[in-house]
Amino acid sequence: MNIAVCVKQIPDPATPYELDDENHWIIRPEDQVLDDTDRSGVEVALQLAEATEGTVTLYSMSPSGTLQGIRQALAMGADAAVLIDDPALKGADALTTARVLAAAMQQEGFDLVIAGTESTDGYSGIMPQMMSEILDVPCLSFARKVDAGDGSVTIERQTSDGFDVVEAPIPALITVTAGIEPRYPTFKGIMQAKSKPVTTLTSADLGITNTVHQVIRSVEPVAARTAGEIIEDDGEAYLRIIEVLEQAKVV
Amino acid sequence: MDFAFNDEHQALRAMVREFAESRIAPNAEAWDRDHHFPVDVVREMGELGLFGITADERWGGAGADFTNLCIAIEELARVDQSMAITLEAGVSLGINPIHEFGSEELKERWLPDLVAGRALAGFGLTEPGAGSDAAATATRAVLDGDEWVINGAKAFITNSGTDITSLVTITARTGPDEISCIVVPAGTPGFTVEPAYRKMGWRASDTHGLVFEDCRVPATNLVGERGRGFQQFLSTLDDGRIAIGAMAVGVLQCCLEQSVAYAKERESMGKPIGSYQAVAFKCADMEVMTEAARLLVYKAAWLKEQGGPFKQEAAVAKLYASEAAITATREATQVFGGAGFMDETLVSRQYRDAKVLEIGEGTSEVQRLVISRGLGLPVS
Ligand SMILES: Cc1cc2nc3c(=O)[nH]c(=O)nc-3n(C[C@H](O)[C@H](O)[C@H](O)COP(=O)(O)OP(=O)(O)OC[C@H]3O[C@@H](n4cnc5c(N)ncnc54)[C@H](O)[C@@H]3O)c2cc1C
Ligand SMILES: Cc1cc2nc3c(=O)[nH]c(=O)nc-3n(C[C@H](O)[C@H](O)[C@H](O)COP(=O)(O)OP(=O)(O)OC[C@H]3O[C@@H](n4cnc5c(N)ncnc54)[C@H](O)[C@@H]3O)c2cc1C
Repeated sequence: MNIAVCVKQIPDPATPYELDDENHWIIRPEDQVLDDTDRSGVEVALQLAEATEGTVTLYSMSPSGTLQGIRQALAMGADAAVLIDDPALKGADALTTARVLAAAMQQEGFDLVIAGTESTDGYSGIMPQMMSEILDVPCLSFARKVDAGDGSVTIERQTSDGFDVVEAPIPALITVTAGIEPRYPTFKGIMQAKSKPVTTLTSADLGITNTVHQVIRSVEPVAARTAGEIIEDDGEAYLRIIEVLEQAKVV
Repeated sequence: MDFAFNDEHQALRAMVREFAESRIAPNAEAWDRDHHFPVDVVREMGELGLFGITADERWGGAGADFTNLCIAIEELARVDQSMAITLEAGVSLGINPIHEFGSEELKERWLPDLVAGRALAGFGLTEPGAGSDAAATATRAVLDGDEWVINGAKAFITNSGTDITSLVTITARTGPDEISCIVVPAGTPGFTVEPAYRKMGWRASDTHGLVFEDCRVPATNLVGERGRGFQQFLSTLDDGRIAIGAMAVGVLQCCLEQSVAYAKERESMGKPIGSYQAVAFKCADMEVMTEAARLLVYKAAWLKEQGGPFKQEAAVAKLYASEAAITATREATQVFGGAGFMDETLVSRQYRDAKVLEIGEGTSEVQRLVISRGLGLPVS
């Protein structure tokens, strides 16, 4: 099975993000890291590839930088990466991202696409669904477990009170939850990652011209949290607590 | 001149740090309390390839540079010295003597499992009556037909009695003025592993006394040439000293991070304790010691990689880094006040663990002896 995995390089979440003054986009450092969410995607892809003697190709749209994030995914065991790096794509919205990634996958060929449920830095949570529409394949979302069948895939779809079992013929697209424990890269994996093929494409290579950008008009800081109300317990405090919760419409 | 770690070094550091923080750090206190050697976690370290970093690809290793091994040891020591010494001794004392000096037969028989971390080996040099003075080795091996017959005892041997220990390489007298290294497989009749010691630190690391009574092993278990044992372990120890230095760097890094964080958050007399020079300057000194130790250790590792002589640099690095680590753990414990004396505080375990850094693989006094001799002084 030829598996395409979406992986996003993001600024290290451990350091606070900064926005540029002009466009209010996240300032992306040279050494972006692999989004944690996508580690689960890579893990699922590797398991399926091991079960089906398949291959795993990473797809990412971002400034290449040092490729640190891509190398992390290659070190886990992915076979190759296709990177779309084009200044014209700066500030691309989710739909443009979906069009670009889908075009690259169509060009290279695939049986199954795997993406995260939502990214850690953008977290719109809509890019994969748009991509499945463009690729014209079924979308199985919120997978907490994935099994490959004969010409089909079956997932356990996480719901608020349990899970659904969903099956679809391949080609298909799956979004995975962070509940799937990713493997650590091995030391040999780290050594081999350096020599694995990384192809870099521009939007022109994919025949995409009319890219749409998001425009962020203004950014306001989050309102500072006001001091909470301290309820002294005179034996009847629970009444006041219920009142507060009702006002907040949580009960 | 270039002081930068390359991409591979950085990726390895990130991998080991994440593994150490998620698999080791949360459990290390309990392992220490229970004197528990966590075989499953050591196996996982094997699966990550940590025991095979420097070993040849023929035996399943990655054939990478020694700096990588130092980085892995440093990162483990930053959260737990017991697991760091398990790796350090596993490679420097367990794998390397066979890897560097062993016959093809010994390598084929033992290295694949050791390199994969499925098995561990120990190196038995120290004896009840011979530590710093290794020339006083009293264990004897006598050739009887095509077997060595070994009699004697070893003391304080790391990784020698775990569930996955496959062998110990020991030094033994094979003639007058002749010391040789011989492989003794675990479970050989006449080879007794004594109960584990109760230790002040490194409690999750495995340490035993060993006794040999008419213990017979094949003549082909001789490591390298007969009578070359002394030179072999001296060269083994030179590498080991840099690696112990790397452990000390991890300990220093831990003390620095822990102390700075605590000094910012802990308040006394209305202000964070880090606002008092007495505390801030301890942190500043730790920064200096960490940086100095790191430079000495990685310079020695680099020299070894270049193939140049590095005996003096290895001794300097081990001596400075281990003494600095002991100072830093004492000072970090002080920064933490009463909390620093409690078992649940990481620096308290680092304090107990750090002491042996200036004892194992050559005491601080022996390092000073080596360094003085390197200076051409006629010390005895
Ligand atoms: C030059 C350049 C600059 C960019 N600057 C920004 C920026 O400042 N802020 C920003 O948020 N984004 C930026 N992007 C990336 C792109 O605009 C977003 O990825 C896109 O809007 C998707 O949004 P999301 O992360 O909310 O997707 P979500 O729908 O939340 O993502 C779900 C999953 O889709 C996959 N996915 C999403 N985006 C990508 C991607 N780019 N590559 C591979 N897989 C992906 C991942 O598996 C992810 O887990 C930039 C891209 C380029 C090329
Ligand atoms: C936890 C632990 C693990 C160990 N693991 C191993 C192992 O795996 N394999 C192994 O072979 N050994 C191992 N050792 C042993 C260790 O290497 C020795 O303890 C060390 O070399 C010191 O030897 P000793 O204990 O006999 O002390 P001694 O040699 O008796 O020294 C006692 C004191 O005298 C000083 N001294 C001795 N001679 C001189 C001199 N000429 N000049 C100045 N001062 C001197 C020493 O520095 C020390 O302070 C381990 C020890 C410990 C505690």
